[in-house]
Amino acid sequence: MAGRKQSADVHQKIRAAFDAFDYEANSTVDVREIGTIIYSLGCFPSQKDLHDFIAKVEEDHTGYIHLDKFLPAMTKVLQEHKFPPISEDLLLQAFEALDKEKKDYLDPEELTKYMTQEGEPFTQEEMEEMLTALADHRNQIHYKDVVSQMTIKPDK
Amino acid sequence: MGCGVTKSSQFHKHSGKAIRAAVLIQRWYRQYVARMELRRRYTWHIFQSIEYSGEQAQIKLYNFLGYLMDNFTPASNERNLISHIFRENEVCRDAEWERYFCYKNIEVPEIYSGPHLIFPLTVEQAVGLVEAFRNKKQLHSRYVLQLLLETWRRLRVLPNINRISTCHSKEITICGDLHGQLEDLLLIFYKNGMPSLEKPYLFNGDFVDRGKDSIEILLILFSFMIVYPSDVYLNRGNHEDHIVNLRYGFTKEVLTKYKLHGKRILKLLQKIFSWLPLATVIDQKVLVLHGGISDTTDLGVLSRVDRHNYVSALRPPKKKHISSTRTSIDSDMDEDVWGANKLFQRRASFTFPRPLVTRGGFHNRSLQDFSDRIRVVVVEDELEVRRRRQSAFISGNSRPENEGTPIASTDSVNSDNTREEWKQILDLLWSDPMTLDGCMPNEVRGGGCYWGPDVTEDFLNRHNLQLIIRSHECKQEGYEFCHNRKVLTLFSASNYYDVGSNRGAYVKLGPDLVPYMIQYQATSMTRELTVRQSVGRTERSALKVLREQLFAHRSDLICAFKKFDSTNAGLVSLNDWAAAVESVMHLGLPWRMMRGQLVTCKTSDGTVDYHDWFNELAIKGPNTDHIDQSLLETLYRHRSTLETIFRIVDTDNSGFISHEDFRQTWKLLSVYLKMEITDEAISDLAVTIDSNQDGSIDIDEFMEAFRLTDKKSRLERGRSMFMGTAPDLTKLEEDPSI
Repeated sequence: MAGRKQSADVHQKIRAAFDAFDYEANSTVDVREIGTIIYSLGCFPSQKDLHDFIAKVEEDHTGYIHLDKFLPAMTKVLQEHKFPPISEDLLLQAFEALDKEKKDYLDPEELTKYMTQEGEPFTQEEMEEMLTALADHRNQIHYKDVVSQMTIKPDK
Repeated sequence: MGCGVTKSSQFHKHSGKAIRAAVLIQRWYRQYVARMELRRRYTWHIFQSIEYSGEQAQIKLYNFLGYLMDNFTPASNERNLISHIFRENEVCRDAEWERYFCYKNIEVPEIYSGPHLIFPLTVEQAVGLVEAFRNKKQLHSRYVLQLLLETWRRLRVLPNINRISTCHSKEITICGDLHGQLEDLLLIFYKNGMPSLEKPYLFNGDFVDRGKDSIEILLILFSFMIVYPSDVYLNRGNHEDHIVNLRYGFTKEVLTKYKLHGKRILKLLQKIFSWLPLATVIDQKVLVLHGGISDTTDLGVLSRVDRHNYVSALRPPKKKHISSTRTSIDSDMDEDVWGANKLFQRRASFTFPRPLVTRGGFHNRSLQDFSDRIRVVVVEDELEVRRRRQSAFISGNSRPENEGTPIASTDSVNSDNTREEWKQILDLLWSDPMTLDGCMPNEVRGGGCYWGPDVTEDFLNRHNLQLIIRSHECKQEGYEFCHNRKVLTLFSASNYYDVGSNRGAYVKLGPDLVPYMIQYQATSMTRELTVRQSVGRTERSALKVLREQLFAHRSDLICAFKKFDSTNAGLVSLNDWAAAVESVMHLGLPWRMMRGQLVTCKTSDGTVDYHDWFNELAIKGPNTDHIDQSLLETLYRHRSTLETIFRIVDTDNSGFISHEDFRQTWKLLSVYLKMEITDEAISDLAVTIDSNQDGSIDIDEFMEAFRLTDKKSRLERGRSMFMGTAPDLTKLEEDPSI
């Protein structure tokens, strides 16, 4: 049955991602890596989504997550497309919404304002890193270029 | 605060739309960062596993050559090719050694524009040396030899374990691996100041190899040690070892920079390395050593060994021979005298009993591996060998040391102690910490152990210490704590794997013994690269290396794929592809996650056409159609080993070897790798390279001709050159040792 093969495939995929962070080869990963694992599977959860997910699968605050709990939870996430990827178009629109003056780029101050004060705010460190990554030599963020260069195609 | 008020009032006017947009961007960006981090990690993993497997390969190679030495008769060709690297310094009288340094008859020409040294060395001269090297000058061999002589004199009187104190609120600065990266040392001196009475320094080994200025670093460190004997300390690292240097570039660097006296300089450095102290203890509380510890490490034992007997940590210590006083110290001494001494050693190695179980016996296991490979070749000489062994046995009996007891058991007493000592030193120089409890052989590197937090705890308690500072492993931030912050790894070579790969760090330790870390990153290039670019660049480098290795294992990979491809359609699923690749490569990489970077030809239902994939790897070599496929693969897979053997065979260090030696080298390699290589195949190779048909082969040219260049990276390089954003191209060329 195609369904069964598909889920076997999904399991393999999740396993492979999990294994990459299972440094002690005992089917557990540090809870702080969960975000990275979920992202690497092509998902775009919000911080809240991550917290909720972790709460469901963490082993009683040990700081570790076991594959036994992770696998079914993550399978569900993938099969139900819970944290869908963000398309380039949507991303572009988002940047345009911030670009009030329609100048086709953002100043670092503009971006910082939104990133550190709205939604799930960035820390100062995160913000600095983002500016280093996105700003060009004129210290402007030309988001059209950024979006096309930085969108990573998810693994199939 | 007019502006501030205006801004905040603007702020409260954010539309719902803008807020939603911000949330989306945050989500997207965090995902992006996580993916980058992942790529950074596996890129790191690639470089590191290739580096360590290179170390392992070097150890295996050396063991193999050692075994050859022990099993081939002196007359055999193969043995003659390599015998000289085992011609380690015999224990000779000091006077003879001083004569060997004989720098006095070396003239310094008028046109020499480098620094002049006048002994006794002064601080100004040491500082001047740093400046000269900063300005790309080279120190004349006469002064090098003089400096080395003085260094040796100083090192000889040092104990195995330095004991220093941070009295009078002097902070000591500790540096980790430098690996020939002069830029980093200069950066440290710039940030922290040069060594002085007020500014003591401790350098924790691995000064040489891989980087291009190893000899300059050594000369600087030695000068400061001479000028400030109570304030500059050096620990030995696993790369202060001539066997390791053969593969990792130091030998080549010295021979290239010092064409006339390079060999002599190297020989002296062998001796000097063996005299480097093994460890340092600060205020009786902090232990600083290069690699690490094992569950049997005992500082008492270590402080009592004759450390200079361990010229290479990879070889059992040489024994003192009565007859050696006749031995001339000139490296071209005659075979007979040397041969007779070697017989004692050879016999001795056969009568060693089984080594201690705790060693994991990597050495012995390798020996056992080779016996079946060599038997065929050696069979005609076996009688001869046995005869020699007999005579040595008999004559051995008369050696006073043995006191009439059977050779085997006397040697077993000596050998137990020797093996124990040897293990102590090996563990000290080669071990790595692990997160699990316990202690096990470090099979990745091929030497030393992996040791766990419980071993650290026990060791610190036993020796009444509170912290271990070690180096040996590259860390992204230049340093890393582990084992409940009881072990600190310190690495001072920034951009070690590639530009932007990691920072370097040094540690300052005051009387409170709380380590204070300072990080840095050398090179003008990193400033211009964004985070994204430097990860991407390093990743590209690593992937290039990886693709080369994949291509080199083509035959094995195709075999593995076929196992998953029952219908022989030439297709495998993504999962099977990943499984097959790991089963052949054994690198423990997240292949599935990296698939996007390694396989671009993919059919729509997620399967991989593996034949197409190999074509896509599109490795361009020289005109290699006429060369046997499996031979090519061998070459790509073992290029570093092959190059190492070439350099060993090239006894006069000219960079050229004769056709005959070339042929012999391949035969050696074929025995080592257990593969058939026909004479014809070898001739084809030789012909390809010896373009001027003068009967000798340029080693560099040969290795260069078979350097793999895949289409993708050539295109990329071309484009970046065109756009003027190319970084230093020499960096792109350099592969980490494979």
